[in-house]
Amino acid sequence: MLDSQRTWEMFRYFVRRVLQGVLTFFGATFIVYALMFANQTDPLQTLAGERPLPENVRQALTERYHLDDPFIVQYGHYMRGLLTGDFGISLTNRSIKEMMEQAWPVTVRLALLAIVIAVLISVTSGIISGIRRGGPFDTVTLIITLILLALPIVVLAPLAQLFFGVQLKWFPATAGADPGVYQLLLPAAVLATLVMATEIRVTRASVAENLRSDYVRTARAKGLSKRRVIGVHVLRNSLIPVITLIGLDLGNLMAGAIVTEGVFNIPGVGFNLFRGIRTEDGPLVVGFVSILVIVFIVVNLVVDLLYAVLDPRIRYE
Amino acid sequence: MSNVESVTQAEAPAADPAAAGAGGSEKPRSLAGDAWNDLKRNWIFWAASVLVVLVVMMAAFPGLFTSADPEYCSLSRQHAGPSGGAIFGYNFQGCDVYARTIYGARNSVLIGLFATIISGAIGLIIGMAAGYFGGWVDALLARGIDIVLGIPTLLAAIVLARRLSDSEDSGFWPVVITLGVLTWTTGARIMRSSVISAKSQDYVAAARMLGAGHARLMFRHILPNAAAPFVVVLTLLLGANIATEATLTFLGVGLRGNAISWGIDISTAAPYVREAAAPLVWPSVFLAATVLAFIMLGDAIRDAFDPRLR
Amino acid sequence: MTDIKAEIDVLPGLDSSARLLEVEDLRVEFRTQVGVAKAINGVNLHLDPGETLAILGESGCGKSVTAQAIMGILDSPPGFITGGSIRYRGVDLLTLPEEQRRRVRANHIAMIFQDALSALNPVFSVGFQLGELFRVHRGMSRQDAKRRAIELLDMVKIPAARQRVNDYPHQFSGGMRQRVMIAMALALDPKVLIADEPTTALDVTVQAQIMSLLAELQRERNMGLILITHDMGVVADVADRISVMYAGRVVEEAPVLDIYARPAHPYTKALLESIPRLDLKGQQLNVIKGLPPNLTRIPAGCAFHPRCGYAQSVCRADPPPQLFDVAAGRTARCHFWTEVAGDEPAVK
Repeated sequence: MLDSQRTWEMFRYFVRRVLQGVLTFFGATFIVYALMFANQTDPLQTLAGERPLPENVRQALTERYHLDDPFIVQYGHYMRGLLTGDFGISLTNRSIKEMMEQAWPVTVRLALLAIVIAVLISVTSGIISGIRRGGPFDTVTLIITLILLALPIVVLAPLAQLFFGVQLKWFPATAGADPGVYQLLLPAAVLATLVMATEIRVTRASVAENLRSDYVRTARAKGLSKRRVIGVHVLRNSLIPVITLIGLDLGNLMAGAIVTEGVFNIPGVGFNLFRGIRTEDGPLVVGFVSILVIVFIVVNLVVDLLYAVLDPRIRYE
Repeated sequence: MSNVESVTQAEAPAADPAAAGAGGSEKPRSLAGDAWNDLKRNWIFWAASVLVVLVVMMAAFPGLFTSADPEYCSLSRQHAGPSGGAIFGYNFQGCDVYARTIYGARNSVLIGLFATIISGAIGLIIGMAAGYFGGWVDALLARGIDIVLGIPTLLAAIVLARRLSDSEDSGFWPVVITLGVLTWTTGARIMRSSVISAKSQDYVAAARMLGAGHARLMFRHILPNAAAPFVVVLTLLLGANIATEATLTFLGVGLRGNAISWGIDISTAAPYVREAAAPLVWPSVFLAATVLAFIMLGDAIRDAFDPRLR
Repeated sequence: MTDIKAEIDVLPGLDSSARLLEVEDLRVEFRTQVGVAKAINGVNLHLDPGETLAILGESGCGKSVTAQAIMGILDSPPGFITGGSIRYRGVDLLTLPEEQRRRVRANHIAMIFQDALSALNPVFSVGFQLGELFRVHRGMSRQDAKRRAIELLDMVKIPAARQRVNDYPHQFSGGMRQRVMIAMALALDPKVLIADEPTTALDVTVQAQIMSLLAELQRERNMGLILITHDMGVVADVADRISVMYAGRVVEEAPVLDIYARPAHPYTKALLESIPRLDLKGQQLNVIKGLPPNLTRIPAGCAFHPRCGYAQSVCRADPPPQLFDVAAGRTARCHFWTEVAGDEPAVK
């Protein structure tokens, strides 16, 4: 195969994936928007929850959400707002964009820390488990993953705060205004457990399957050391499904961040959303959820493209 | 060219020596029979079954476990320690934590069950249609599945549950519908790929040539073979739905008001964790054990049906 | 290609006057949950430089397990070598420490597998997988290794090697992939090459090309070749000697022409008679009745007796028949070899 042909295949794959991503983007935002506004008798009251709605606020909101226009036009305005970075104003009269700008660095720090913790632990233990399947380490790991899978974040976050923060005092129980890595360590670990169990299991299954494959036998016949067979040949193949998983996990992490940031008082995106839900601030919830959905879709698109770089077979579907 | 393999009268029962040991010449075994044999010997399966039965009993007959009234609360015993039947003590409002935890099972189990039924029905129909008809139907439905997968479940659930709930009621049905409508994609994908692989089997082609109609093919020939992985997904989903319900309730968009639920109890106990840990710990433990039971059950069934991972 | 040979660390005890490869009384068993499968029960083989030995037999007769044991890549557990020796130029490979054993692979003894698509790593380019040998065993730089990889692809006659070196296994056709496998096996100039069903997965025309390439490279390098196959056609064309295996034993060993002319074991004879032949067109084809034995319960005495037309009570009694010398360099493991060989020759 010539180089130009190869580049062309790659290019076609990228274009196809980006187009699919765009389709998913419009589809998903449309559904989210429809969930929020379609067929309501009084959408504004839903936005505002149970609090009374003064006439001037009602008028401002009607204008803001173009509620006098047909639904599809409303969606058009909403999309234009999203794409131009205009996310609206909360019921407390703050710009959602500004709130977001203050909040996201904290959340990104938290999420990255969680991903690093999750990947380090799950890839290491997944590989060991996959190599020594049925051994004591594997059995213990499997039981731990079962327990992790069964602990919803609403259980884990308050309990972790209780044991490690309040009783043992290893970590601060709440994070405070501008949390550093140490303050974020406990909540990040809690967040990491959300995705760790699945990542361990996927790594383990994929290592075990790859170890049995023919190319491992070839690698051994080539006189490669066990370390190289596993560290180069098996690892590269086994990480492919794990990396795709991290993209999907981001959705879980964002959802988990709402609870975790709420419980640990971390002033991030999740905390704002948590407060928005509790105070029934509809516009805030709508704005923040929209942004998170966009982030989720974009990250998954990037992961998909990364996948093609890692696995040469995928370009030739 | 001639092959030694092709000239022996029949294929060897097992080609490689390791498998020859495992195969033997005993009577043929079915996948379901094998799986059941495997399950019987799996302690995880039995532990999960016992837990599930226990939780279901709690949901159906809470009176068997406690004689106290979960709704009777008295501020005079706020955060009081264990006494008499209230073995877990009392919470912030002075309600019996044990009684509330027992009665909380019903909402969790019912919401999990109904949501999973809805989700299973949607997944079954969409997955089967996509897999069976193929072509543009499949293309369209597969795109639809992708789009719904592109929406983070909990975020959409927050919006949808808010939207559906009417402040007057307990929020039971909005949560059920929200979960059902948002979690069907995994089931649909499993069903789709199972149907596609079943469709290409010779016996299905034979049945089609004998003139079996769409419905007959689907329900008599294809569905039984796609059932095992689908059941596994639904079992796991049941556990996940119970967890998500608790999360939604914790956030304030799930069950509300006077409903008795683990999510509500966790949410109300969390701020007072420094004063009293028991009202937080016990509903958490029960919730985790219930989710664990369904996940273990699904896991055990999957391992039994997937011999590759043994 | 021999200039770098000097860099190989010499195996201690390597004796260039000793036989290239000698397998003696090799025994391998697989310990599984349902019992112990005795895959190899005392196999003897030998190989000289430039010689082609074909190992012939049905699936499960132990031919691939023998190859894996010689390479030292048996999956253990469940596979265990329970006895015998494998000597390469006088060095017993089974007693070598793992580190030295590892260096024997690819440097001295190399192997080609049946299905090149699954035997090559899907996520690395063939250039990486070929160059890896030079980087690991010869300490070459990435750049030098890649240059050598291109030379190797040229050697196995892959067109446009310079471009194709960056391609991935799935981008090659079946025949080209098997050429890559051959290049990989021959990269470090081994003295023994084991080819495990190298052409089974290929089209007939491609099979012939691959076999002639193998024969050519073998001649150039004066390499010993063990060809594992169940394809009698391939054997007749390229092999010097044949070892026929049944239930983990070599039941007959003979020069290729002798075995076709006058098989001395009923199993060999049955194999030959079951080949469709033009001169016997219209006649009923003889097939071997019954199935190969379950390796957890190999019949007492001669393992072939339940399927054998010559069998008498002595065949059912332990011990199994010893090797009988049929002629110089020819053995058969059958009490009645004179009768079998005395019959009408299978191939005229």
